[in-house]
Amino acid sequence: MDALIQTLNAQFIATLGSEVGPTAWYLAKTVTMILMVMLPVIFFVLYFQLVERWVLGWIQVRRGPNRVGPFGLLQPIADAIKLLLKEQIVPTGANKLLFLIAPAVAVAPAMAVWAVIPFSPTWVVSAADAGILVVLAMTSMGVYGVLLAGWASNSKYAFIGAMRSAAQVVSYEIAMGFAIVGGLMAAQSLNLTEIVAKQSGAYGLFEWFFIPLFPLFVIQFIAGVAETNRHPFDVAEGESEIVAGPLVEYSGMTWSLFFLAEYANMLLVAVISALLFLGGWLSPFPASWGILGEASILWFFSKLAVLMFIFLWIRASFPRYRYDQIMRLGWKVFIPITIVWIVVTGVMLMEPIRNIAPFSIWFGK
Amino acid sequence: MWDRAKDIANTFLLTELLQGLRLTGRHLFERKITVQFPEEKTPQSPRFRGLHALRRYANGEERCIGCKLCEAVCPALAITIETEQRADNTRRTTRYDIDLTKCIFCGFCEESCPVDSIVETHLLEYHGEQRGDLYYTKPMLLAIGDKYEAEIASRRADDAKYR
Repeated sequence: MDALIQTLNAQFIATLGSEVGPTAWYLAKTVTMILMVMLPVIFFVLYFQLVERWVLGWIQVRRGPNRVGPFGLLQPIADAIKLLLKEQIVPTGANKLLFLIAPAVAVAPAMAVWAVIPFSPTWVVSAADAGILVVLAMTSMGVYGVLLAGWASNSKYAFIGAMRSAAQVVSYEIAMGFAIVGGLMAAQSLNLTEIVAKQSGAYGLFEWFFIPLFPLFVIQFIAGVAETNRHPFDVAEGESEIVAGPLVEYSGMTWSLFFLAEYANMLLVAVISALLFLGGWLSPFPASWGILGEASILWFFSKLAVLMFIFLWIRASFPRYRYDQIMRLGWKVFIPITIVWIVVTGVMLMEPIRNIAPFSIWFGK
Repeated sequence: MWDRAKDIANTFLLTELLQGLRLTGRHLFERKITVQFPEEKTPQSPRFRGLHALRRYANGEERCIGCKLCEAVCPALAITIETEQRADNTRRTTRYDIDLTKCIFCGFCEESCPVDSIVETHLLEYHGEQRGDLYYTKPMLLAIGDKYEAEIASRRADDAKYR
């Protein structure tokens, strides 16, 4: 792989000259890298909704979509074509500019985050030193799309939904931020690649941070569910109360952009959990087990698959929270627990303690 | 005190949530009950009340004698009958219409018929593209009866011993 990159680099400089060559090479390399990250994400969003319908179906003792193509595998394509061909309706009295910009505002940060997300030590667009801060900043930006959508639609339901969504996302952002802070303290780094590297070691699975930081791991995941407005925290959409929340007036492509953003954000939550607490691409087996003990992107993807399945499992199992209960859970339960556990993490990291038996596994490096 | 402590422990260990997840997780692997409709069909009783048909005797004579009992009993007023005296002095229908958009498939016409002429068949997958398509006239009903006579007769025979 490295040799191939070297040859391509040399080819670029040889054909374009030493002036344009390096710039063109840099541009080409970046664009390729972006495509290598974006295409899998978009492909994932397309197919994850099929998987979602399958899993929901199976849990409800149904079969799920199995008509379009073998096992329904062409269903997402059919859905995409349907959405592309649908009419775009702008409601009377809507703020047309904001109404059409809102989906882009929602989808742009959801896509931009992937710039700093490493899939493997080399498969990353930009291994930023403060990668996790970019992630936090971009996930907070996502709420603007929903707010704009709710405001611009000129509809009561959309507006109520947008307000609910904004309040909820802001509340859970705090718990999520604190949970991530715990992970950062344990890893002593803001760089996602380094955070994963800190979890490697001779004991495999037992080196990962989810053991000392278990409450933070759980809270980070649940807060992620709440932040992406997924079941059981989907009061922002709340079909039975406010139809579809901020999305009521959207149809066709604009609607599917919100959809894309929501699912990309879900994947992001799973990715953050996997990187911070589950050792990213590291193997759960000890390094001495040969090929099984090697770090590989397959481990990363299987961790993501399990986490995404839990998303669906939760969705199929629990009824929707009442709005005040959501707020209570966020402010009165999650935030205190995370703060307490940050203190506990601090204690675990202190000089004599970090070198004592169980703690030295994670913090003694 | 002890109960309170147990409550708090349960809350923080998410026991109830995990119980719920276990329940739904079990259903994930259960046998699926979906019937794949065009290929598989649910079992049908011989008494199933579907699309109507007018039957004939084995010699080709239509059974209906124009007594209008079905028209009288029809709660939805979906049946319209006109009769005349035929050359051989028997009374026959000149018009026997069923408006399937009115029909409620109660089966009273079938029950009231003294000669087993009007019957409801097992057919349920018929459709009309316009309202008018669901207005069935005598020739249409007779055609259905002719086409499915064997099926109709066998279902009637199956059910006869319970009547």
